Amino acid sequence: MSLTRQDVEKIAHLARLAITEGEMPVYVKSLSSIVAFVDELARVDTASVEPMAHPLDGQRQRLRPDEVTETDRHEKYQANAPSVQAGLYIVPRVIE
Amino acid sequence: MLHSLTLGELATRLARKELSSVELTRHFLARIEQFNGPLNALITVTAEAALAAAAAADARRARGEEGALLGIPLIHKDIFLTDGVRTSCGSRMLDNFIAPYDATVVERLKQAGAIMLGKANMDEFAMGSSNETSYYGPVRNPWDLTRVPGGSSGGSAAALAARLAPIATGTDTGGSIRQPAALTGVTGVKPTYGRVSRYGMVAFASSLDQAGVFARSAADAAPVLKVMAGFDPRDSTSVDVPVPDYPALLDAPMKGLRLGLLREFFEGLDARNAALIKDAIAIYQSLGADTVEVSLPHLPMSVPTYYVVAPAECSSNLSRFDGVRYGYRCEQPKDLLDLYKRSRGEGFGAEVKRRIMTGTYVLSAGYFDAYYLKAQQVRRLITDDFRKAFAQADLLIGPTTPTPAFAIGAKMDDPVTMYLNDIYTIGANLAGLPGLSMPCGLIDELPMGLQLIGPHFSEGKLLSAAHHYQRATAWHTQSPPEYP
Repeated sequence: MSLTRQDVEKIAHLARLAITEGEMPVYVKSLSSIVAFVDELARVDTASVEPMAHPLDGQRQRLRPDEVTETDRHEKYQANAPSVQAGLYIVPRVIE
Repeated sequence: MLHSLTLGELATRLARKELSSVELTRHFLARIEQFNGPLNALITVTAEAALAAAAAADARRARGEEGALLGIPLIHKDIFLTDGVRTSCGSRMLDNFIAPYDATVVERLKQAGAIMLGKANMDEFAMGSSNETSYYGPVRNPWDLTRVPGGSSGGSAAALAARLAPIATGTDTGGSIRQPAALTGVTGVKPTYGRVSRYGMVAFASSLDQAGVFARSAADAAPVLKVMAGFDPRDSTSVDVPVPDYPALLDAPMKGLRLGLLREFFEGLDARNAALIKDAIAIYQSLGADTVEVSLPHLPMSVPTYYVVAPAECSSNLSRFDGVRYGYRCEQPKDLLDLYKRSRGEGFGAEVKRRIMTGTYVLSAGYFDAYYLKAQQVRRLITDDFRKAFAQADLLIGPTTPTPAFAIGAKMDDPVTMYLNDIYTIGANLAGLPGLSMPCGLIDELPMGLQLIGPHFSEGKLLSAAHHYQRATAWHTQSPPEYP
């Protein structure tokens, strides 16, 4: 299956990726070839095959006692943020 | 020369106090200084911290401490978080990211006394098979600087091959340890999914990612894996299975070991590659192993399956990069949507964006069943094939890659051709199996890899089988002529 420019624009929007004019034709072509490649999967008979999400069977989410195990290190973590004021992450105004 | 010694020989000299960790660390830092420029194997060199850590290791030894890795230098792939040290993951997105804590792998190796020399170059977010997608430029193969070292752990592999460190860490999501190990002539071990903690390892595809080790032999890799492996409550898919004493298992008898020859691995295999694998099989037979032909009928579907599952998981994992909490932020965003889109569009490179979009597509409404669910079903069929094969064979044997290292730039314009490099390695990731690649000969003066794959938690058996081969052959002792 081949993807159109409109398809790629929609995917890029869903993925929150700005794609430049120059990049667009490259992605239309390469994503089309990848989709054509993975279309091969349609040839495999998978009737009644249980989908496998995880490589090890029988794993369950572990629970632990509800105790505090992490200390407050927000200052260290926020040192990597592009913009912080008073312990808050700064973003462009969302509500006028 | 110190860099020609095995890990065991270095440990012995350190234990006898014939050598200090500071001297050893200085030696490898000098080699990095001498050789890293053109290789581009390291993104960051932490010389000062390394020398301080080496002095601390010497002090621990002076107090009577011992350990196979106490005072041994190593290089970490730049995907592992290292407290206070930039962790870029090969991306512009994390070019300014100073990790606020250590990954479990880093923490364990540090506690064992290993000395970090620096952080290895890699394909951006571990997405690539040639180390050409790195924001920091391609890594060059020490066997031929015009060729790729493989990827995504290309920096770790090239550093090992040029003997810039005795050991290095890597990660393997679709072959990213085994393939570069093969193309640079070193030994690479990808453990069972869940065997080594993923905590603090930047996530690419969470159901496939696994940390492992590069070394110059199985005997060198064994003590490293022993330290890295083990249950970690901070990784929700870490497995609580005791860690065997891998070094003690190396000499386990080979007699009667059933080696499975994968029919699908030999179909269409290049004649010179096939000849090397047949030579290796003959060595194993002379060591007392039995061979049996096995078939994985769904294996040819492993690459398309992977290129649905891995991008789907990557699109989800990489949604955390939003230009708000950490990482790259675009200049002058006009609103929040513009901030997200341009920070991600400018911060990620071409291959990462391609995979995020592939993943977004296969997970989107109307395509989820046809692609993502379908791939998960085929993943089960491939896993079942392996399970059946392991009823007949203890380990599977075959090539690691279809060809030796290719030229830089040769496959960058055609992603599907690039993806097919991993045709022999991806199956083990889909099924969560441990695999190992080790040198088994040369084609056109370039190293080739022999791959062994085992059932879940068979790392001890894999390392032992590799060790027996390496005692009977000398391929693993070869090093690139330009790096004496």
